[in-house]
Amino acid sequence: MRQIAIYGKGGIGKSTTTQNTVAGLAYLGKKVMIVGCDPKADSTRLILHAKAQNTVMDLVRELGTVEDLEIEDVMKVGYGGIKCVESGGPEPGVGCAGRGVITAINFLEENGAYTPDLDFVFYDVLGDVVCGGFAMPIREGKAEEIYIVCSGEMMAMYAANNIAKGILKYASSGKVRLAGLICNARKTDKEFELVSALAAKLSTQMIHFVPRDNQVQRAEMRRMTVIEYSPEHPQAQEYRNLAEKILNNKMLVVPTPLEMEELEDLLMEFGIMEAEDESIVGVAEKAA
Amino acid sequence: MSAEAAVKYVTETPIEEVERVSAWINSEEYKEKNFARQALVINPPHACQPLGAQLAAHGFEGTLPFVHGSQGCASYYRSTLNRHFREPAPAVSDSMTEDGAVFGGQSNLHEGLENALALYKPKMIAVFTSCMPEVIGDDLTAFIRNAKKKGVVPEDFPTPYANTPSFNGSHIHGYDAMLNSILQYLTEGKQVEGRCTGKLNLIPGCDFNTGNYREYKHILKEFGIPYTILADITESFDSPLDGTYKIYPGGTKLDDAADSINGKATITLGPYATAKSYTWIKDNYSGKHVSLPIPMGIAKTDEFIVKLSELFNKPVPASLKEERGRAVDAMTDSHQYIHGKKFALYGDPDYLLGYVSFLLEMGGIPLHILCSKGSKKFEKEMQGLLNGSLYGAGCKIYMNKDLWHMRSLLMTEPVDAMIGDTHGKFAARDAKIPLFRFGFPIFDRVNKHRYPLVGYQGAMNMITEIANKFIDIKDDTCEDRFFEMMR
Repeated sequence: MRQIAIYGKGGIGKSTTTQNTVAGLAYLGKKVMIVGCDPKADSTRLILHAKAQNTVMDLVRELGTVEDLEIEDVMKVGYGGIKCVESGGPEPGVGCAGRGVITAINFLEENGAYTPDLDFVFYDVLGDVVCGGFAMPIREGKAEEIYIVCSGEMMAMYAANNIAKGILKYASSGKVRLAGLICNARKTDKEFELVSALAAKLSTQMIHFVPRDNQVQRAEMRRMTVIEYSPEHPQAQEYRNLAEKILNNKMLVVPTPLEMEELEDLLMEFGIMEAEDESIVGVAEKAA
Repeated sequence: MSAEAAVKYVTETPIEEVERVSAWINSEEYKEKNFARQALVINPPHACQPLGAQLAAHGFEGTLPFVHGSQGCASYYRSTLNRHFREPAPAVSDSMTEDGAVFGGQSNLHEGLENALALYKPKMIAVFTSCMPEVIGDDLTAFIRNAKKKGVVPEDFPTPYANTPSFNGSHIHGYDAMLNSILQYLTEGKQVEGRCTGKLNLIPGCDFNTGNYREYKHILKEFGIPYTILADITESFDSPLDGTYKIYPGGTKLDDAADSINGKATITLGPYATAKSYTWIKDNYSGKHVSLPIPMGIAKTDEFIVKLSELFNKPVPASLKEERGRAVDAMTDSHQYIHGKKFALYGDPDYLLGYVSFLLEMGGIPLHILCSKGSKKFEKEMQGLLNGSLYGAGCKIYMNKDLWHMRSLLMTEPVDAMIGDTHGKFAARDAKIPLFRFGFPIFDRVNKHRYPLVGYQGAMNMITEIANKFIDIKDDTCEDRFFEMMR
């Protein structure tokens, strides 16, 4: 069983990419479980065609304890036999979502969710590795393979680099490795080259360049993956390619994250950022 | 000073109103409101995971219990053990504070391990967690590996660790987690193909009664079965006073624990407090594996004795048969004092099953059984036990309730006595019934932890305590012509 965690900047398309890729793996005959580690609980809606499934923490809130919870109550099976679990969590602004992830994953472990017939377990994790709870999927004995979803946008690349710093911390004490960047294209300038270059600097690879295509949105509106909605569409083939590459990926590295300056240099090299001009810093448009 | 001036009322509430409310909280109406309560827990009869973890740690030779977490938490475990046994319970904490909560507790853990090694020279450090590092998601596996990599602790120094979040489960789960971790750590790579120590591994479960441990040893000695008790706290909490202070007065030898994986047989007692360990042992230990209930009362003790005889192919020794005979005689001699008496019981699942089994044998009627950390599985097993006896017919099981619920039960459906730990004394006094202090913790009686409740001797001890108390009450309240002496 390979356990894989997907990280990346908020809104970059982690959940969409994960579900489409997992659908691709299911298409290739693999048995997969997705564990959504996000209080928003939207990591499995394209597989299940619905969002309203009971999350682990929803039921814990209802029952007041995790002890009387049954695995069948939280695990649903969707497209391609993909098993889906959402950790769920508190409302925004209260409680501790990180602990929710820990509770949920402990529950799955103790109740035999990790069956030997599974080929893959995917953890779709909220945004950045903000605290110990959101690092739960990459603790010892869990996911050892991490993909970062990013794009050619500056902030997405900053985020990817930051996540690589987090991975480095875990990689130095354990078996966690960076397995690649997945470029979820935003059609920014020189996107392919830029993300490839960032990947090289991090000592990893851009495992796939997923082009932007509105077919993804059309499928999403139907709460489906492209692979299920339009298996013949070229975009479906892109995700199958990505799935195939992940299936065969052997390049697992300890990342070498960049210093802020190096990252800025990289952006300048590709003409995304102007050379530093101290005279314009903090000067408003009108005043200039 | 006049009597009136001596009493200063702290509220303006008239005495009549206080009396009205005092009476009302004993009513059926209040009981219904009490049982509808959701947002509040009052006096629950269970402790937290790390406390059980610390007990397991004390059961091994030269082992220092190490709390990864807040200092106050460590004080609570220590003082609870200390007040129960009236013995010191040495343990350390890495004292996580505000900065630890923000940045994670790795540096606390590393500094703590370094200090603990230098100051207390343990042979093993057993690390377990309090709430704070669990909430923030500290990764103990990585932290401890880093400590060894950095040379804070030598690579080969045993540092088993367990995640024991206080807000989940109870002391029995923490005990199980810590014990399992220690066994995994010590036995790693020690299994030898074809080797058999010829010994029994006995795992008594989360047991705070040193008398019980001695009773097990006595039984095994009578049988002539060589044994290793896994997590032997006997000397740790009941060693002779000889004028010297020993930080590690007892515990199972680490070598014996390591070799336990090559044992002839392993018995875990109390399936609820040893679930995790038993599952792991079943998959990893050589020899036979059996999970049995706590041997309390005649039937459950018989089950234990017969199993020992089977596993080691030895006849039941005559001395134990005689002991059994004496226990049965004691039951016959005293059944009239316990038969038909109604009881309310609370505590840990394994012990509740033991007390109830014993009471049913005596013709006692368990009326209310309350467990503050139960499970459906336990409820079902208990119901099965009750269904097996006429005396269990009227009994109700209350799962995940507290001792304030118990108070309502005592007031609306009275019983003759309560069985449980010290925390029930408030309810017992209000209900004007005796509380038989079996269980943990017992703060307000001496020597209770030295009197076994398991085995035939344990049955006799329970009879002595319960029957004599009922005779006392009668002597205190009846007309003298009904004195036991006169009849």
